[in-house]
Amino acid sequence: MAFMQMTSPHAHRPGNTGHVMKLVILATLPGLITLSYFFGPGTLINVFTAGIMAMACEALVLKLRQRPVMFYINDYSALVTGVLLGLALPPYTPWWVIAVGCVSAIVLAKQLYGGMGYNPFNPAMVGYVILLISFPVEMTQWAMPRTLLAEGQALTGPIDGLAKMWFATPLDAYTGATPLDVFKQNNSQLVQHLYDTQAVFSTGRWAGAGWEWANIGFLMGGCFLLYKKVFTWHAPVSMLISLSLMAAMFNDGGSSNSGGSPLFHLLSGATMLGAFFIVTDPVSSATSNKGRMIYGAAIGILIYLIRTWGNYPDAVAFAVLLLNFAAPFIDYYTLPRTYGHNKARRGTEKEAE
Amino acid sequence: MTDVAVILVSAILVNNFVLVQFLGLCPFMGVSNKLETAIGMSGATTFVLTLASICSYLVHSWILEPLGLEYLRTIAFILVIAVVVQFAKMFIEKTSPLLYRVLGVFLPLITTNCAVLGVALQNTTKAHNFFESALYGFGAALGFSLVLILFSAMRERLAVADVPAPFKGAAIGMITAGLMSLAFMGFSGLV
Repeated sequence: MAFMQMTSPHAHRPGNTGHVMKLVILATLPGLITLSYFFGPGTLINVFTAGIMAMACEALVLKLRQRPVMFYINDYSALVTGVLLGLALPPYTPWWVIAVGCVSAIVLAKQLYGGMGYNPFNPAMVGYVILLISFPVEMTQWAMPRTLLAEGQALTGPIDGLAKMWFATPLDAYTGATPLDVFKQNNSQLVQHLYDTQAVFSTGRWAGAGWEWANIGFLMGGCFLLYKKVFTWHAPVSMLISLSLMAAMFNDGGSSNSGGSPLFHLLSGATMLGAFFIVTDPVSSATSNKGRMIYGAAIGILIYLIRTWGNYPDAVAFAVLLLNFAAPFIDYYTLPRTYGHNKARRGTEKEAE
Repeated sequence: MTDVAVILVSAILVNNFVLVQFLGLCPFMGVSNKLETAIGMSGATTFVLTLASICSYLVHSWILEPLGLEYLRTIAFILVIAVVVQFAKMFIEKTSPLLYRVLGVFLPLITTNCAVLGVALQNTTKAHNFFESALYGFGAALGFSLVLILFSAMRERLAVADVPAPFKGAAIGMITAGLMSLAFMGFSGLV
């Protein structure tokens, strides 16, 4: 391995990939804890299972590719992929679904492209989309939040949850429609009526019981990462703004055709998880600040389009993949001006006389 | 106005000819190695597709239908497309000799781009009128151009990635196209 020759200024920051990835995992904790509080320990078990499986896949492929296994495992990037996939999956997802997701994410979307730093698509979202298309039944069973449980009914415990995941032991009725499902299926009722009659809304405050707090948890984690300067504000903020603008434009005062208020869209589904943990992926997103703003804004618009008029209730994964696909093109046309030049210039271009 | 939007969104995104209907894969894989070439190819294909769908509509409704020769439409459309491609070739040769040389063999190969024949045939099965046929051809070409250009920008990046040896080149391109096709499934249901 040849060492790079570097000139000053030399940054003395105790940062390396592993350090950043550990911060990211730490920042998912508020969201993970709220999800587990409201929906039972299912998400927590998912995260552990997916994390271990993702690391195992990574180690296996690195072994096959004859790369130093421990060096790459220690950067925790596979663990982050696993954790994000586990957070996105419905609680108590069967183990084989998680396994297929981890293999798709790590082997297909990451290692086939050359591993860490080369993957053009976000691995966790590739895993999620493949699962959503392949196993729609398993992937659309969200647990009910604790506020909706009947009198005397308790949240599914960890033992029952593990039995469901590993031995397909059926659980008592534990699934319910998510707020986005309710909106998707509604075609005749006013929004205010939905909020009054549907338990998932009436026991919540703004955007559905449990979901709003989980999103606020992820928002807190995201702000922590922002404070730690793990990523810049451009992509997440422009995504949230464009999503709110779309929602505000098509809100139409809450008729039955309404897509929901901006607050509803910001605090439901995977909005905040997507904005701060997926869209900010440094590898698969656009590179320059201007590019990131375009990238984020387009994701926000696509999320709203697919949520409101498409077939799927949530759209963060699809929107992110579509923009991952467009990111190299965005980069191509948003080259920043480099110091000493009047305008942006490609390294391969000849200098103008 | 709504019809126009529906046809365009359907042809560009929901029923994208490359990633959803899997038509026109040969130029999609063949001309996507460099962004500039892909942009030139997109322009040429847009020109040919729009013109070919108009011409094939005219041939179908003015010649084949009055004579009761609808069963000849496949072969008639192939002939029409070949003529339009030849015309486009002469057009590009005169207006942009550089692009003509860059595109090389791929320009005559637009004749065998199944998306062109696909649009012409779908126009007859969907019973589009003149305006709808032209619009559908144009939308299909825009969808083709969109994915071709984005894909070529991505392939420039894949060319320098540390891809495992068995997957270098076309193989990883195919995998990428598959993943993109998955992402395009998100558009289903939009129209």
